[in-house]
Amino acid sequence: MKVWVWADVTPDGPAPSALELLTKARDLGDEVAAIALGPGAKASTVALGEHGAKTVYASDDEVFSKHLAQPTVHALAGLVEEHSPDLILFPASYDARDIAGRLQARTGSTLMANATDVLGPDKARTEILGGTKIVDVELKGPAPKLVLIRPQSFAADPSGGTAEVVEVKADVPDDLKKAERLERHEEEASGPRLEDAKVVVAGGRGLGGTDAFEQLEKLAAAIGNAAVGASRAAVDAGWVPYSFQIGQTGKTVKPEVYICAGISGALQHMVGMKGAKRIVAITKDPDAPILKIADLGVVGDLFKIVPALTEEIEKRRTGS
Amino acid sequence: MNVVVLTKWVPEPEGTPTLGDDGLLVREGADGALDPGDEYGLEAALQLVEAAGDGEITLLTMGPEVAHAALQRGLAMGAHKGVRVTDDSLRGADSLVTARVLAAAIGRQEFDLVVGGVESTDGYTGTVSAAIAELLGLPSLTFARKLEAADGSLKIERQTAAGYDVVTSPLPALVTVTAGATEPRYPSLKGVMAAKSKPVETLSVSDLGLSSDEVAATQTVAEVSDAPPKQGGETIEADDTTATRIADLLEEAKVI
Ligand SMILES: Cc1cc2nc3c(=O)[nH]c(=O)nc-3n(C[C@H](O)[C@H](O)[C@H](O)COP(=O)(O)OP(=O)(O)OC[C@H]3O[C@@H](n4cnc5c(N)ncnc54)[C@H](O)[C@@H]3O)c2cc1C
Ligand SMILES: Nc1ncnc2c1ncn2[C@@H]1O[C@H](COP(=O)(O)O)[C@@H](O)[C@H]1O
Repeated sequence: MKVWVWADVTPDGPAPSALELLTKARDLGDEVAAIALGPGAKASTVALGEHGAKTVYASDDEVFSKHLAQPTVHALAGLVEEHSPDLILFPASYDARDIAGRLQARTGSTLMANATDVLGPDKARTEILGGTKIVDVELKGPAPKLVLIRPQSFAADPSGGTAEVVEVKADVPDDLKKAERLERHEEEASGPRLEDAKVVVAGGRGLGGTDAFEQLEKLAAAIGNAAVGASRAAVDAGWVPYSFQIGQTGKTVKPEVYICAGISGALQHMVGMKGAKRIVAITKDPDAPILKIADLGVVGDLFKIVPALTEEIEKRRTGS
Repeated sequence: MNVVVLTKWVPEPEGTPTLGDDGLLVREGADGALDPGDEYGLEAALQLVEAAGDGEITLLTMGPEVAHAALQRGLAMGAHKGVRVTDDSLRGADSLVTARVLAAAIGRQEFDLVVGGVESTDGYTGTVSAAIAELLGLPSLTFARKLEAADGSLKIERQTAAGYDVVTSPLPALVTVTAGATEPRYPSLKGVMAAKSKPVETLSVSDLGLSSDEVAATQTVAEVSDAPPKQGGETIEADDTTATRIADLLEEAKVI
């Protein structure tokens, strides 16, 4: 079976999702290939090969990053036609969602989004209602089956191979170059990335404003290797930028410990954090759904608990 | 500027949806409404058309008869007319079928811009809009958190994992608008009254010239099961020992 993985790449290398998906693809098929288009593609082929890609279809051409989706889909659809893969795995990233959606319109094949596992060439799994129900879906119709997979669904594990690199031609018609990226802006906070941090400290509507987020920053600093995140309510209120958002439309985190304060535990929030090893939830509401998935739920006022906890950790740090 | 805005009707947008025996969401008899995720795009469209000084907003929905409520809400907010595609064969429609139906219905309109949500509240595949753009041969500007139209083009701030990109495209194009990008207006009483006499067209699959093959779903639910419940959790009332308890847990986890 031919299993392909869509690899998001940047000049810094492949996205972690590409390596996660390749690790899974190895279990699913014997002919595993990765597709990497845009600056950084060629430099990524070593890591992609190490994680199981026997072939990488690659191009470093700028046209694939300068213009949204259409040039990429043009090239990808060409490859699909030429090589007839059975299954293509995509990460649930911004660009890949657009690419998969457009590719589906071209190939007329099925597309499953929000998958958390792939059970075989024609079967994938998703979790709904905040991860309380598991749904297995049968994928029918013409190949390739397209599956968009939630981040961190699989752990990346190198198998130590080398990929053959096949150059992808970048002859893209001009009428597919209309949507153009003019600028890129990064607003990431200092400290570890949310996805990589050992501890995530998240705040929600209960924080009531920007000031309280500074309390969380202090707690995160006291813990060390901790990142601050937020619920959508806090992001929509403008207290923190969108890059802090955890959940269905935000990031997926799987830290050793997830501490949240002033978050009720809406279904859409829980899908982004319930994979944490340990969950500590601080909320005023004894009926908040978050308490059902917490290892330690605390019913009380976050404005008292968060500073007290920060102090306690600092005290233990300095050994006094 | 003429704009088509996708407006989905969703069951229980605020509450917990119910799952039927067939593994599909229960839509019949549910307390539904216009998807809150589509209101941001509609508000953006209203502002663009108001700024342009002319043009019409057409709302488009695919759904059961009750989906009429989604159109009524949008018309009350200020859209000019509505189109509803309703057909028994569309129950259980997947993302490809939905995109085909909506693209065919958009193709019957005159438009400069198609506006969609980033993802629907009940289906959240987040791919329907991109598939529509491909079917119509349109460039797409997705995940817009800010929009600006000028001289026959649209410029947006596009949400990214790390921040945002500035992206532009000539019209006609499709744009998807993120939650929180705009502050959707509340319909006025006058708007609600006016909505009742605004034109709404109802179409079936055959009106759109689509065959039954083209609207056959390609996914079926094989099995629904309960996720294993969390074991060993504990809830406590906060007191003087709370900070110690949490710090102990952090120590056990070897993160401090
Ligand atoms: C399509 C879609 C996608 C979505 N995607 C996401 C997503 O990615 N991420 C996300 O988070 N949400 C998402 N949501 C929104 C989600 O449904 C909830 O609205 C949101 O998560 C609620 O945020 P919250 O828990 O901070 O606020 P609330 O639900 O209002 O909870 C606030 C909590 O704070 C507590 N509180 C208040 N004051 C205090 C205090 N002093 N001390 C202690 N506790 C206090 C309250 O008791 C309550 O439990 C999405 C929704 C939709 C429809
Ligand atoms: N049945 C529908 N009727 C109207 N618009 C829809 C429908 N389904 C999806 N959409 C639009 O497509 C967007 C993405 O939907 P989805 O791919 O289901 O997450 C939604 O936010 C809507 O704007």
